[in-house]
Amino acid sequence: MKFPISDLMEKKLAPHFKNGGKLARLYPLYEAGDTFARTPAEVTQSAPHVRDAIDQKRLMILVIYALMPCLFFGIWNAGHQFNLANGIDATLKADLLRGSAMVLPILLVSYLVGGLWEVLFAVVRRHEINEGFLVTGMLFPLVLPPTIPLWQVAVGISFGIVIGKEIFGGVGYNILNPALTARAFLFFAYPKWISGDTVWVGSLNANPLVDKLLGTASHTADVVTQATPLAVASAAERGTNAAAALNEAGYSLWDMTLGTIPGCIGSTSVIAILLGMIILLLCGIASWQIMVSGIIGCAAMGALFNLLPIDNPYTALPFYYHLVMGGFLFGIVFMATDPVSGAATNVGKWIYGFLIGVLTVLIRVTNPAFPEGVMLAILFMNVMAPLIDHFVVQAHIKKRSAYARSLNHA
Amino acid sequence: MASAKKLLMDPFSDNNPITVQVLGICSALAVTVKVETALVMALALTAVVTLSNFVISLMRNTIPSGIRMIVEMAVISSLVIVADQILKAFLFDISKQLSVFVGLIITNCIVMGRAEAFALQNPPGASALDGLGNGIGYGIVLISVASIREILGFGSWFGIRLLPESYVPNGLALLAPGAFIILGLLIWLQRTITKRVED
Repeated sequence: MKFPISDLMEKKLAPHFKNGGKLARLYPLYEAGDTFARTPAEVTQSAPHVRDAIDQKRLMILVIYALMPCLFFGIWNAGHQFNLANGIDATLKADLLRGSAMVLPILLVSYLVGGLWEVLFAVVRRHEINEGFLVTGMLFPLVLPPTIPLWQVAVGISFGIVIGKEIFGGVGYNILNPALTARAFLFFAYPKWISGDTVWVGSLNANPLVDKLLGTASHTADVVTQATPLAVASAAERGTNAAAALNEAGYSLWDMTLGTIPGCIGSTSVIAILLGMIILLLCGIASWQIMVSGIIGCAAMGALFNLLPIDNPYTALPFYYHLVMGGFLFGIVFMATDPVSGAATNVGKWIYGFLIGVLTVLIRVTNPAFPEGVMLAILFMNVMAPLIDHFVVQAHIKKRSAYARSLNHA
Repeated sequence: MASAKKLLMDPFSDNNPITVQVLGICSALAVTVKVETALVMALALTAVVTLSNFVISLMRNTIPSGIRMIVEMAVISSLVIVADQILKAFLFDISKQLSVFVGLIITNCIVMGRAEAFALQNPPGASALDGLGNGIGYGIVLISVASIREILGFGSWFGIRLLPESYVPNGLALLAPGAFIILGLLIWLQRTITKRVED
């Protein structure tokens, strides 16, 4: 059966973009649009020929679906926290409207600026526009505070795409997760806007138009000081109880699970992340080994600290707090499982995930300079992943060749 | 024997000690937060490598090959001490900022490398020229990296305010990883222009 769109693509548009056409240089754009709109008839020129309904575009779009709970919850929560702090009636409509006005511009800038680099490199280097960017462009805003200045979003995603990915040769060759590279860049370049107590709830991205729509007075406070659970736990004084300090600050275990707390846009709600995790696991897209071993590693390190006889409230914080606080769960579900930058062998995935969990808690508890450790833990293990895979493969070869030798001698 | 021009100019780009041979990286990261310190460091290294090449080349036929490294070290460290003392006498503030890195010129691979690779086989004039070229090649990269770092990290160049007060300084440019990234980008730029490919 022929669909009208096939005619449009193949007869009307294709000649302009194929070799010799006026727009031949922009072929990657045509190719991206073509494969986005339909499954073209072209087949691979040489083996291996894989016949599968799930190509990379469909795979990546499933990750986007899995991120939707986090995005929608993040939009609502950004607005909710703002309205609460400013004494505005926090109705569902007011929260969603306010949150959209704060979060959607960040998302838009991330996609536009990142997409521009993606297309530029695809055209100059003559490779296909890779749909992995759809995920990067969505992950990056979700791990930013809602008050991040938009120019920093633009600078950050540019760094992530160019330095984190394109200079290595594009998707499939990158050593580091591009979205986390972008966040790490902002974290070290402009620490004031991404860490501390004043960036999680605020009016920097608050649109005055929303006040008009809602009929509220323009917001009063420019900056709202509100520490995240990680900062509260880290600041607990000697001899006190970190869990009690969290409760006192209004962060009960349930609040942190539900996610109605200040934090990065998409990573506060454990429930939203678990929904995404279920989608990823049901579709078989992300590695369950990495998620499970990461959670075990995080809990194990937390429990080990619990057992140590040190007079430090943070080490005494019950280990399960580490699982729901901060961005750990978001990181281990959506970022550590990146198939390019993570470990590839099955045994390697267990080691890789486990060490991410361990390092996250280690950085959180022992390094006061970094309240959250999951970003650095994942990036560090990204670098180590090829090494882990190498040793796993070597060990396997050794085992198999010993077996082969034993057969020969028998 | 290569022409004098080639001896002098080759290390500027085609055979640059930092971007092509990747030597002397440590100091290229350490002293390039500001252009001022980078310039003084570049001058100090240029003076040391030029003179050490000249002196070692003069002695090249009398140095027993078994102890040539120790002789080279003696020459280089004497020169570094002289350079350090001159900086302390005339540019005390900058000498403070450079701290140990002037002393560490002794361990800079460029100085030792040129002595081993060039001065031991070539006459004094050519050796001095080779040292001068390598010093300038080192200086070009140092000052380029420092310019980018100072502009991004402070909004100024050579202490002169370039960007408006509203510019938000980029903290990463002042950290060593930032210098690594900038150096990498410079190498990318250079190889795009010269079309050099690593074999």
